[in-house]
Amino acid sequence: MSAPLPPAIEVEHLVKSYAGMTAVADLSFTVARGEIIGFLGPNGAGKSTTMRILTGYLPANSGTVRICGHSVAAEPDAVKRLIGYMPENNPLPEDMRVSEYLYFRGRLKEIARRKLGARIDEVLELCDLKRVRHKIIGQLSKGYRQRVGIAEAILAEPPVIIMDEPTIGLDPHQILIVRDLIAGLRGRMTVIISSHILPEIEMTCDRVLIINRGRVVAQGTPADLRREVLGHTTYQLTVAGDLTTLPALITTVEPTFKITATGDADPAGFSTVTLSTERDEEFGEQLLGGLVAQNFRVRALSRARPTLEDVFLAATRRSWDAKQPSAPKPPAPSA
Amino acid sequence: MKHFLTLLSHELRMLLVSPSTYIAATAFLFFMGFIFTGILETYTKAPQDTSPANVFFATFFLPVFFMVPLLTMKCLAEERRLGTIETLLTTPVTTTEVVLGKYAAAYALYLSLWGATGGFFYILKRFSSDPRLLDSGPLIGGYAFIAVSGLLFIAIGVFASSFSRNQAVAGILAFVMLAALIIGGRWLAQATFLNRDGLAPAKAAVEYMQVFSHYDDFTRGVIDARHLLFYFSGTAIALIFSILSVEAKLLHS
Repeated sequence: MSAPLPPAIEVEHLVKSYAGMTAVADLSFTVARGEIIGFLGPNGAGKSTTMRILTGYLPANSGTVRICGHSVAAEPDAVKRLIGYMPENNPLPEDMRVSEYLYFRGRLKEIARRKLGARIDEVLELCDLKRVRHKIIGQLSKGYRQRVGIAEAILAEPPVIIMDEPTIGLDPHQILIVRDLIAGLRGRMTVIISSHILPEIEMTCDRVLIINRGRVVAQGTPADLRREVLGHTTYQLTVAGDLTTLPALITTVEPTFKITATGDADPAGFSTVTLSTERDEEFGEQLLGGLVAQNFRVRALSRARPTLEDVFLAATRRSWDAKQPSAPKPPAPSA
Repeated sequence: MKHFLTLLSHELRMLLVSPSTYIAATAFLFFMGFIFTGILETYTKAPQDTSPANVFFATFFLPVFFMVPLLTMKCLAEERRLGTIETLLTTPVTTTEVVLGKYAAAYALYLSLWGATGGFFYILKRFSSDPRLLDSGPLIGGYAFIAVSGLLFIAIGVFASSFSRNQAVAGILAFVMLAALIIGGRWLAQATFLNRDGLAPAKAAVEYMQVFSHYDDFTRGVIDARHLLFYFSGTAIALIFSILSVEAKLLHS
């Protein structure tokens, strides 16, 4: 173990187009071993296409993908032994029993027959499927089917697990179970999941990759993304008093403070003011001290925590805006 | 080919636990039994030149037209419709193994359905006093023909199934291709425009492709290497095209 291991997933300049439409345009990213990465993007951003290329199911037009150092295009067989994949909508055969299905998949994934029984018991336990192991998959509820898909993906203990929307259509309780399951893989396996449920990604993933129109528009830990994409911290203040002196007051606390919105005063004279600053530190105490010293009456002060949703919207909007100038102009209406 | 047996045993198992297999088998045996009784009735009225086996296997095209599309239309079309082909092909199996596994399972079912008609001849032997009714030559020849031609017919069905995600389309396509091969070849052989000198090679090719004349040779006990070559090469081509078709759908999806 002298040479450092290659990263789990390396994607360089990946391009994929379907019938004239570019689904993935020059996508590059790297995922370290043991990392759980979340793949975010609006519909049609190229998430599923990218995942399918990672598994070797779809060929790319250009670019390279390496899974644990093996090229997907040149060594598809080696790559298929390294991944566990759960496609979008989790397709399962309707007329098999859960344990039969896992046995069949285990044999296809080249798990030795004598180890397979024990391994199936293990994943059934892990995915809380023991009770339904003899049920027919077609009769299972959505939550169980989803867990069968996850059990199948982790069955052969591959170093890389790729799951396309694993929590779609689940109720909050089942989402919790799936989230714990994925979190339980942290450190042992590299997991890449896509999701529309942003809090979900935020809670499970070490790193988030936001893509739009086939490009990476932002990546980093959720905290990094907040800082990088939004670039400011917001405070909400409910205050009564002479609001005209407020701008001067807040700049004495921190020069970059700005009032971004002022609400109408309610009958008691309180209005809600939104302040923003480029700095990341806490200014709550200084603000409160300053306001009280100037005889403002303060009812509430809170620091808004931008959610990943805000980041996501800002990042995708930014990428739409960036595309706008290069977009062809609409033809001038003929006279 | 490491996974071929895994896939084959999986497919066979799925066939064995599926009620539709038994319904299809019952319907097939009922239909064939109906034909068989009809044949025996003509034999009770007047003595015939040929053995009942000869007449019975000559109706092979009727079950082929209906059973082969029904047996094969599901195999690849269903995988694609459900999307399970995606999970299948992202395991270390190759497209070739998948197609061959499905093909072998469908062929095994086809053979076992025909094999069950052996019961008719057993009943005939048991209860008829006339041993001439049961001539072993045409019987063996007939079953050999069914086994050899079935290779090609099932391969054509698998090929049709690789085209579409819709089972009905796959079934109709298989029916049309089988009809073109069996009936169309016969029709072409009678077409007068092929009698021109310039078209002599085409005429020879059409003569070579006569499924019915292959059948006649088989029941007469003539197992010609040219006939075997026709069915084996046809099977190989249909299966290669099925594999290419599955892969091409991925390339251009």
